[in-house]
Amino acid sequence: MTNDPEVLWLDEHRVVSLAEMVEVSGLTQEELLELAHGGAIPVRELRGASCTFSAQVITTARTACRLRDELELDMAGLGVALRLLDRVRGLEEEIARLRALLPRS
Amino acid sequence: MKYTDYYAVLGVERGASADEIKKSYRRLAQKYHPDVSKEPGAEARFKEIAEAYQTLKDPAKRAAYDELGQRPQGEEFSPPPDWARQHGGGDGQQAFDDVDFADLFARFGARGGSRGRTGMPGQDFEVPVEISIEDAFRGTTLDLQLSMTQYDEQGQVKRVPHPVKARIAPGAVDGQRLRLPGKGGQGFNGGRAGDLYLDISLKPHRLYRATGHDLYVDLPLAPWEAALGASVEVPTPAGAVNLKVRAGTSSGQKLRLAGRGLPRPRGGAGDLFAVAQIVVPAELSERERELYEGLKAVSGGASESGMRKHFAEGA
Repeated sequence: MTNDPEVLWLDEHRVVSLAEMVEVSGLTQEELLELAHGGAIPVRELRGASCTFSAQVITTARTACRLRDELELDMAGLGVALRLLDRVRGLEEEIARLRALLPRS
Repeated sequence: MKYTDYYAVLGVERGASADEIKKSYRRLAQKYHPDVSKEPGAEARFKEIAEAYQTLKDPAKRAAYDELGQRPQGEEFSPPPDWARQHGGGDGQQAFDDVDFADLFARFGARGGSRGRTGMPGQDFEVPVEISIEDAFRGTTLDLQLSMTQYDEQGQVKRVPHPVKARIAPGAVDGQRLRLPGKGGQGFNGGRAGDLYLDISLKPHRLYRATGHDLYVDLPLAPWEAALGASVEVPTPAGAVNLKVRAGTSSGQKLRLAGRGLPRPRGGAGDLFAVAQIVVPAELSERERELYEGLKAVSGGASESGMRKHFAEGA
């Protein structure tokens, strides 16, 4: 199965460098590293002052950028917001999975 | 263009201080920000709030906005010629042809700036799209009709249609994000074009329920099919297949059809689970009733057969 080269699947198979993440997310390198070191943005590989990410994290980083700009959150607030959003997303996925098991009434 | 009362959008008086405007924006942004809000219409409401704040927080933009005077919300209007000459550049009025009210004040930062600055990247778009399970299975091409802001060489802003075709290969599932580099807004002064992000969700289906690449489908069984076993036809996105139901199948049991779910983008496929549902006839014929009574006499009730022994154990 081949994919359109113009369409990139943002999933765990695609690796994104720190520089590319800075370019597509709108966050600075320092902000990304701080969020990555704090665990709010999952990293694929962390090597001192650099790291790589899975492409699915691009959306999280872009959300962080929007929250920074539009809600004027500082880094601590961003870290908390991203963790809570991740928990909400996980719970929503779990609900969807459980709903799929229920017979249609 | 239609007039927007930015003060009303932010819920403040026209004479509100910068601090009052900021506080009101923060309060509303927390409530309607699309990343955190589940309010219906939150995204559109937040866009309006952000647009109002972008103008009113900037003293120069706010002064220019105030010069337009107060008008009823949504009133059709054109900026007065003097205002247009002062803020539109060029010969005024036609500078605002094809311009949305939202773009009227965005140009303040861009005019001159867009001419002088090099390498301004184009606008990124994030678009939610709903596709059917059939489209996710076979792949599909989306025709998106977007609208983007464009600056001409004089730094004048215009809103132009931006049609995009996006080919989605088989295998997209709920929550899948796709990035189409360069398919967003045009860059300025040699800047790169923006990107288009698609946030995929699957439409509810009358048969299947999807979770990741796995699909679930209800499998109604007659009591004797569940007790004795049967071969039944089960629908799958690739076409119906025969499923062997083992004797002694209970309601709620998941019968797995490996690889019959949605394809994965890098090969392989999820599974399809047929969830057994034993359906008892609502009404029995005389003969059926006799047979069920006979069965009861042979097997005993649920209590006698020990089906409910955990009730006693738990009490």
